[in-house]
Amino acid sequence: MLPEIGNIALIMALVIAVIQGTFPIYGAAKGNVAMMSIARPAAAAQFIFVAISFGCLVAAFVTNDFSVLYATNHSNSQLPMLYKVSAVWGGHEGSMLLWMLMIAGWGWSVALFSRKLPLEMVARVIGVMGLLAVGFFWFVLETSNPFERILPALADGRDLNPLLQDPGLAIHPPMLYMGYVGFSVAFAFAIAALLSGKMDATWARWSRPWTTIAWVFLTFGIALGSWWAYYELGWGGWWFWDPVENASFMPWIVGTALVHSLAVTEKRGSFKNWTVLLAIFAFSLSLLGTFLVRSGVLTSVHSFAVDPERGLFILIYLGVVVGTSLILYAWRAPKVGLGGRFALVSRETFLLTNNVLLIVACGAVLLGTLYPLVLDALGVGKISVGPPYFDMVFVPIMAVLVFFMGIGPLVRWKKAEIPDLVSKLKYAAGVSVVTAVLVPFIMGEWSFMKSLGILMAAWILSSIFVGIRNRIVLSAKAGGKIGSLSRSYYGMQLAHFGVAVFIIGVTMVNGYEEDKDVSMNVGDTVEVGGYTFRFDGVKSAQGPNYETQIGTLTLFHDGVEIDVMRPEKRYYNVQQQVMTEAAIDTGIFGDRYVSLGEPLGTRGGWSVRVYSKPFVDWIWAGCFLMGVGGFLAVSDKRYRLSSRKKSKRGIDETPDTENDESAKPVMVSVNEGKV
Amino acid sequence: MSRRVLPITVIVMFLAMLGFFYKGLQLDPQKLPSALLDKAAPSFTLPQLHDASKTFSLEDMKGKVWLLNVWASWCAACRQEHPLFMQLARQGGFPIYGLNYKDEVADAKQWLKQLGDPYIVSISDLEGNVGIDYGVYGVPETFLIDKEGVIRYKHVGPVSRTDWTEIIEPKMKELEG
Amino acid sequence: MNRKIVLLIVMLLCAPFLQANEAQLREDPAIKERFKAIASELRCLKCQNQTIYDSHAGLADDLKKQIRNQINAGKTDAEIVDYMVTRYGDFVRFNPAVDTKNIFLWVGPFVFLVIGGLLLYRYINVRRNEAVDDNESISEDDRLKAKSILEQSGDK
Repeated sequence: MLPEIGNIALIMALVIAVIQGTFPIYGAAKGNVAMMSIARPAAAAQFIFVAISFGCLVAAFVTNDFSVLYATNHSNSQLPMLYKVSAVWGGHEGSMLLWMLMIAGWGWSVALFSRKLPLEMVARVIGVMGLLAVGFFWFVLETSNPFERILPALADGRDLNPLLQDPGLAIHPPMLYMGYVGFSVAFAFAIAALLSGKMDATWARWSRPWTTIAWVFLTFGIALGSWWAYYELGWGGWWFWDPVENASFMPWIVGTALVHSLAVTEKRGSFKNWTVLLAIFAFSLSLLGTFLVRSGVLTSVHSFAVDPERGLFILIYLGVVVGTSLILYAWRAPKVGLGGRFALVSRETFLLTNNVLLIVACGAVLLGTLYPLVLDALGVGKISVGPPYFDMVFVPIMAVLVFFMGIGPLVRWKKAEIPDLVSKLKYAAGVSVVTAVLVPFIMGEWSFMKSLGILMAAWILSSIFVGIRNRIVLSAKAGGKIGSLSRSYYGMQLAHFGVAVFIIGVTMVNGYEEDKDVSMNVGDTVEVGGYTFRFDGVKSAQGPNYETQIGTLTLFHDGVEIDVMRPEKRYYNVQQQVMTEAAIDTGIFGDRYVSLGEPLGTRGGWSVRVYSKPFVDWIWAGCFLMGVGGFLAVSDKRYRLSSRKKSKRGIDETPDTENDESAKPVMVSVNEGKV
Repeated sequence: MSRRVLPITVIVMFLAMLGFFYKGLQLDPQKLPSALLDKAAPSFTLPQLHDASKTFSLEDMKGKVWLLNVWASWCAACRQEHPLFMQLARQGGFPIYGLNYKDEVADAKQWLKQLGDPYIVSISDLEGNVGIDYGVYGVPETFLIDKEGVIRYKHVGPVSRTDWTEIIEPKMKELEG
Repeated sequence: MNRKIVLLIVMLLCAPFLQANEAQLREDPAIKERFKAIASELRCLKCQNQTIYDSHAGLADDLKKQIRNQINAGKTDAEIVDYMVTRYGDFVRFNPAVDTKNIFLWVGPFVFLVIGGLLLYRYINVRRNEAVDDNESISEDDRLKAKSILEQSGDK
């Protein structure tokens, strides 16, 4: 019964999405208030019906309803409850439904938190989101219905892929989809702006918090995925430039560019066209990622089951959505004004350079990801493009980007002076270079890559220090309070700080990690990275839905026992699959990582792989800080205050609070002139 | 004017990408053509499975069109294609030679005893070195080798009846004719 | 099928080579470094997206043994990679060869960078030289906003 209700709810949601996607947009074009007013209730209703549908699917999993084909394929009565729920999005159909839940959820949030926006804008934004949803509902109902029945019902399900039976993987897809789908809001704002022909600073201010939040979710989602790969795949890697990883990374890169470009559009009215194009790109790349993951055109470890019919559907959808928006863009964008004038050396130029570099980086990743496909389609041959290629093209671009990143926040809007920047940053540059030369020597052997990485991190950190110090000193001199610096400023600096932490992690792991692949008998020891592992044997045990071999290794440092590590080798009964569960001894300055290989001989020996991974957790800590920085920026008073004022005085109101950052750089620099 | 250049370039590039994706949907990224296609088969001399004192080498097959089937007793997918091979062998004139890959001789013999032996000659590649020379990465694999000792076709995975009637058999006839 | 047998089969499939492990403990760091570099550039065909260095699949272990043997036999890195490519094709290389069919792959990013740089230069020049405060197209919001910023900053 419940699956049928879920199915009907899904059909209802489709009908509502059609209404939501047509009347409000038509109403906005004709100035019909009644039609535009449909937008908000429609968005709410759509969310409610998708939520009902999703709830029904969750119920099928939780109650072991194996008459539902999708549940049969992805669950099992022995599966622990947590994974029964997360198994809902463990396969293609359910993850599409989760995607739908999110697009409806974002649409509803726009309806809720847009009370201060002009109705016309709200109608267009929600309308565009409705149109996007129509395609997805149709796709789910037509090709990937999760409620399909199998009669007679099976006694038990085929179980969730053991790789996915992990808490990290339970939350990774929802985070990632929140990011992917979140860009649909930025996209909808961009399309609404193109439709209305009004693209101005207020438009940027409205879409900016949405974009940042989506970006934050995507950042968390990618970081979680990387962390999961690190501890679950058992070979200690954290990023492989796999097509599916790239599929999530490309929208992130463009989203990062968009977040920066929106800052300029909001504060200076410049780059409007460019910002709109980036918003279209960010969501298009999310869709492209969906296509790559679900169509099977590329080889990847993470792909869903392959079905050409689904691939074709998504391809057509991709073509329609992206094609229409690009044509709309080509038609409307050239009419938009250029915005404020700025000099060669100015914050605008730095942010634009950041954008160009990010887009070039994204282009390189896209090229590397699709090149094998292109060659194959041309019949030229099969090739692989992997980490060596991406590292080679990506690192230099990032190095240049980081150089600009250190300077950018210190540069004034409109016009800045190079001698002034030099005097501000000369000590930071000196400190960075010295650190970059010394640290690798202290750590051990010197190499160019290590020095480059340290240089980049030190440069970011020291310039953040200079920036914050300047602001505090100057705003104090100007009579302002220290606390008056806006949250968006601190958010930005925190996110940049996260980049530095991330770079330190990557540099240290790549430069100083050690690993050994050894065969050990009980009592044997192996030393790696200054730590000694003693192998104490392997025992069998029984898990809820698997049999397992648990190894015991005692970890020593300077002769002192510091940890007992228990890596596992599990055999999942239903899927008949062997899984390696690594054991990790986590520390601030690095991890010790052990994974079991295979049993050897008859005396309890095993092949074991041990790693020392210095600073590896800084990689995810850095991503976490970037995300928190994004949240901090969004929580800035500006986005709340200004909207409250708008309601009183109309939308043209310029924020004039002293907390507003848009006024700050100019003010600070003027004061500085007097010093 | 120039302000339309960027959007139009983007649209053109996007359309080209769609074209490649469409083509890509019909291709299988997992299918790898042999690097040795239309190249001389690597020569080898290996002991025979049933009598290790006898050897078998590539040169023995000069002037014949034949199939080299890589299999192992631990390979589950090999069981799928085996009945087809048995049937073709019973019909006669089926020139299939087995390369027993990284297996135990006893296990391999037992496997053939149990399921039947379609191979004219079986050879043992216990270390898998010949397998590496032939670029074997997934068992079973089947190579079609012509009279000059050139590899004309490689099939990865179990050979199905359609694979045989629509691809392999016609190719063999062509090479023999 | 009996579960234990399946388990055994799976374990056998993945059985690594004991000799390789022991050899690794004894070898000198320079060889280990070279070995790691080569094995990290080669794709484990059986496991889709993994290097043979990271993989424990049977074939990956065999190939690792091959690489060690060839290093010890005095082969150069390029020769060892060639050995793999002649057997498994270009697909086995994660670091694509620099050849005609891959030319755009390798040149592409630099082309992007040059085009991006040129566009950036042009765009900034336009903003700098051509009168930009085009009042007809700038929105009222922007004008007000710009005005207020100017007022606050104390500029003229």
